[in-house]
Amino acid sequence: MNSTTASSPTTVEGLHPAKKRFTYNPNQVAHTLDKLGLGYFSPIARLIGRDEPSKQVKAITQNTLLPVLAFIIVLLAWQYCAGTVKTDSQKIPSPAETWVAWKDMLAFSAAEKSKEKDYYQSLNERVANYKTMAFQARDSGNLSRAESIEKRISKENAKVYQGTTTFFDQIGISILTIAVGFLIATLIAVPLGILCGLSPLVNTALNPLIQLFKPVSPLAWFPIVFVFTTWGIDQPPAASIWQRALFTSAGVVTLCSLWPTLVNTAVGVAAIDKDHLNVAKALKLGWFKRIWKIVLPSSLPLIFTGLRVSIGVGWMVLVAADMMSQNQGLGKFVWDMYQNGDTASTAQIIIAVLFIGAIGFMLDRIMLVFQRLVTYEEQSI
Amino acid sequence: MEFLDIEKDTLKFGFIKLTDCAPIVIAKEKGYFDDEGLNVNVEAQANWKELLNRVINGDLDGAHMLAGQPIGATVGFGSQADIVTAYSLDYNGNGITVSNDIWAKMKPDVPKGSDGKPIHPIKADALKPIVDEAKTAGNKLKMGMVFPVSTHNYEIRYWLAASGINPGFYFDPATKQVDVPGFLNGDVELSVTPPPQMPSVLEAGTICAYCVGEPWNQQAVFKKIGVPVTTNYDIWKNNPEKVFGVSKEWAEKNPNTWLAVTKALIRAGKWLDASLDNRKEAAKILSQPNYVGAPYEVIANSMTGTFEFEVGDKRPMPDFNVFFRYNASYPFYSDCIWFLTQMVRWGQIPEQKADDWYHEMAKNIYRPDVYERAAKMLVAEGKAETSDFPFGTDGYRAPSTDFIDGNSYDGRQPVDYVNSFSIGLK
Repeated sequence: MNSTTASSPTTVEGLHPAKKRFTYNPNQVAHTLDKLGLGYFSPIARLIGRDEPSKQVKAITQNTLLPVLAFIIVLLAWQYCAGTVKTDSQKIPSPAETWVAWKDMLAFSAAEKSKEKDYYQSLNERVANYKTMAFQARDSGNLSRAESIEKRISKENAKVYQGTTTFFDQIGISILTIAVGFLIATLIAVPLGILCGLSPLVNTALNPLIQLFKPVSPLAWFPIVFVFTTWGIDQPPAASIWQRALFTSAGVVTLCSLWPTLVNTAVGVAAIDKDHLNVAKALKLGWFKRIWKIVLPSSLPLIFTGLRVSIGVGWMVLVAADMMSQNQGLGKFVWDMYQNGDTASTAQIIIAVLFIGAIGFMLDRIMLVFQRLVTYEEQSI
Repeated sequence: MEFLDIEKDTLKFGFIKLTDCAPIVIAKEKGYFDDEGLNVNVEAQANWKELLNRVINGDLDGAHMLAGQPIGATVGFGSQADIVTAYSLDYNGNGITVSNDIWAKMKPDVPKGSDGKPIHPIKADALKPIVDEAKTAGNKLKMGMVFPVSTHNYEIRYWLAASGINPGFYFDPATKQVDVPGFLNGDVELSVTPPPQMPSVLEAGTICAYCVGEPWNQQAVFKKIGVPVTTNYDIWKNNPEKVFGVSKEWAEKNPNTWLAVTKALIRAGKWLDASLDNRKEAAKILSQPNYVGAPYEVIANSMTGTFEFEVGDKRPMPDFNVFFRYNASYPFYSDCIWFLTQMVRWGQIPEQKADDWYHEMAKNIYRPDVYERAAKMLVAEGKAETSDFPFGTDGYRAPSTDFIDGNSYDGRQPVDYVNSFSIGLK
């Protein structure tokens, strides 16, 4: 359709609403994907935009085939171990046996859900029975008995099913625990790190303590943290998710994972350009403004590097901490399966290992995105 | 039925993955806890120490405990805390397994019947020359048990001492030396090994024998890495094994709840001993991964009336696990006192005590009054018979000689009993 105006050829006023031509910028999309930690997809994005197609196809093929190849080699090595590494009392389960164990885990979780339905059904039947008994008691004039029955009825109606914690529940509780532990660790490490970075006196005072406590294993911290949580936290209701064991695990995670953030923050703050601090002095900024406007923004890249290392350490420590504290997380799952002592249990432990790795990978990726968002230079990984 | 005013209805009980947690599991699975108005979660614990800590600090309302744990805790061996019990979970249920090497050396000396099979019970007599040989070579035999105040510890010590083998002491009155692992002057070294590690540690040769509950003895037979030589039924017929323990503080704050729990456990114990089919069903439930998790065949091997010694040598043993028969669930004072005498015998309690001390300790720790109230309520509700329970007992069993060495135990005369042993502090 011919247009007599010099405006965009797709705009014909009065007939069609204004439309902008959609321009796909492969470079922009690819960079965004990289920043989001989804670098695997950036050659695909470029390919869609027909940006050097042959190069993209090569990249996609490499990025896909090589890891798959490595994975197949590991699978073959695993199969070999399952056949060779065995004693009379134990053996390594094969990939096939592990797959069967996975299906059993799913079936068990499903069975537990149906148990919940059965529980409420029999609870309702029981309550109905009690109601009849209460009426009978009132009829025959036995008020105290009727009252005690009615009290029981109201308690029964308030009941919440306490089922077996399944593997999937345990994943949730693990993530909750690391969130709590990591949050507390960050709230301690960042302010302390800023203090160490700004004041050489504080740094000299604290540095020996930091170096002393940094290498301590979670298993060594656990008994000490246990005393603190027993003393400091009141007994929560049995059905609550906020059990003391969760805080014990979170406490151990905090004590082991705050060091990378602390050290990196201190280094980041100490490395601030002296000019920036002089500007703050010249403008007579209060200490809060100084930290919020100048110190934090310039040391953010190193802080986030520290946070990323910290969450990695924290996740690893969590599994060990759960084994000791009995927090209903993945560590407890591994230890409980170990106590079952069956080959199927070892297979379930392998599945737990894969999930632990996958979640740790995911946590690291999330921190990586945050890290990239606050950093100006290109990162290598 | 009487509707108790339950103080705390949402409860968490702990257990260790051994088959004699059955009454607690069955009370949950069969709805006996629900019938009493309780909402119970049953959670596996990592080890006996952790379980005890969590009962003491209140994370757990109650737990499956070694009969020695409430006693050891109240006396103060390990961390001190007042723990009480009103319900004995079971009798028997343990075995002593030796490695294939040791069995090969023992077997020629074990008396055999006309069918060529070893005569049971097998005493440690055949083991003595092997122990002496190892000791002379400077390499004392190492054995595993489950916990310093476990029945397993006292049973394997009893078994060894009955044949003249010195298992080691925790205290030497001559030098006033205290030895926490309990190796003093011993011919062998008994140390704590977690039950799941026992088969692999036995296979590796780190220990040559262990005393543990099920399924770990039958696991050893199934995997052909060891041979159970005796059960604690043979060492002391119908000996107290596990109890349901709660902290004294919890019991005082929640008396009606404790009563309700005891009622549910009595029903579960009764159900477990009612029939072979019930035992099979129990074994199936226990084989779930959130309970004991061992394969059904391994659990059933010891819970359904038999016990396998050497591979293929399965003998009838209907009383390997006893949950309710012979008044197994009643908390007899004499049961508590036996453990106290053994603690004194081996030096865990370094001072010698008078008779009165034993009787008083037993009255603090064991609470048959709660059991009897619970039993009476169940009889009134028609869920049990009066004949099921030893009403009218003074809490002391009749003197018995059902021990592997024929020694007589009278709970009313604990000091005489302690002095009656050739190996042991007096």
